[in-house]
Amino acid sequence: MTRKEIFLTSAFRENSVWKQILGICSSLAVTNLMLNSLIMGIGVIFALALSSLTVSLIRDYTPRSVRMIAQTLIMAAYVIMVDILLKAFMPQISKQLGPYVGLIITNCILMGRLEAFASKNPPLDSLVDGIGAGIGYTFVLLLISFVRELFGFGTLFGIRILGSWWTNWSIMVMAPSAFFLLALLIWIVNSKYYKEG
Amino acid sequence: MDISAFLLFWAAIFTSNILLTNFLGMCSYLSVSKEVESSLGLGIAVTFVLVFTTGLNWLVYRYLLVPLGIEYLQYIVFIIVIAAFVQLLELLIERYAPALYYTLGIFLPLITVNCAIFGVSLFMVIRDYNFVQSLAYGLGSGLGWLLAILMLAGIRSKLREKMVPAGLRGAGISLIITGIMALAFIGFSGIAPIQ
Repeated sequence: MTRKEIFLTSAFRENSVWKQILGICSSLAVTNLMLNSLIMGIGVIFALALSSLTVSLIRDYTPRSVRMIAQTLIMAAYVIMVDILLKAFMPQISKQLGPYVGLIITNCILMGRLEAFASKNPPLDSLVDGIGAGIGYTFVLLLISFVRELFGFGTLFGIRILGSWWTNWSIMVMAPSAFFLLALLIWIVNSKYYKEG
Repeated sequence: MDISAFLLFWAAIFTSNILLTNFLGMCSYLSVSKEVESSLGLGIAVTFVLVFTTGLNWLVYRYLLVPLGIEYLQYIVFIIVIAAFVQLLELLIERYAPALYYTLGIFLPLITVNCAIFGVSLFMVIRDYNFVQSLAYGLGSGLGWLLAILMLAGIRSKLREKMVPAGLRGAGISLIITGIMALAFIGFSGIAPIQ
């Protein structure tokens, strides 16, 4: 498989959210605003790409018995970096994301990619795979938050799109809409692209 | 935060259910909820582990991380505490209560990666709960999670004979059911607001 194929596969064809139903905890929680989703997505791309690279670099020296805990600690280290950077440069957003930055560690997408790909493949391929999976995840976050922010606040990235005639749908700001939208997305993707599955 | 532990306990179950409003613990929620019995087992295990790890993490945070000024290491430390506790619990149950081990033990490894456990510890730090509040919040969150997964499992067992559109089968329909449950739970929101 070429690097480009690896990227496309992990970003879209085997997208972790809609194909494997992984990592949806945080994909639902931060999607009420597009900016939050984008920042969260970038955080995930950063942590996932670098921990893929690291895990892959040390894959021949890691004893199998401590593999999981080693991977978890590597992820945690990068997530702490993301957290500290956010707190320093975007304190407002860091406050809004709250515990969900830390929860990147328990995001199953990360563990899934590390276990399924990075622990068996060379470093550069793993880096590409990590970036791909991260971008696929960010893409889903942005899709959901696009709908939620547009209908819930009438804005996109904080810029007013719908005029003053628009009545905000408070349901879009609350939790249930996230469940419905994700279900809808899975439905559309399933019936369009995976007919045989 | 000034809120009585009793109120916090009810709030964690109904008004800010860890799963229905904070979306935590979704992965195992969706994959285990096929059967009522295993849902009950996992739910009890989650509740049990939540109470203890929240308490332990509170102690570790307050008496180790804060005095040393290394609060930024909380993620790593909390994860290690949770993993170690679950491992220890598994060993103890296997050694002293083999019958329980066969019903609960199989779920224990799943719990280490359940983000509800980790999330409750993080919420506890962010909202600045005291020890009793943390325990009440941990217990309430666990029971709230148990309630949610039991309801979904019950509904899903009825769904088996129903016609579900092909693209929605599995995760899709579970998410829609969860969305409706979350809508229903909004009705509780006047009782005990936290946050």
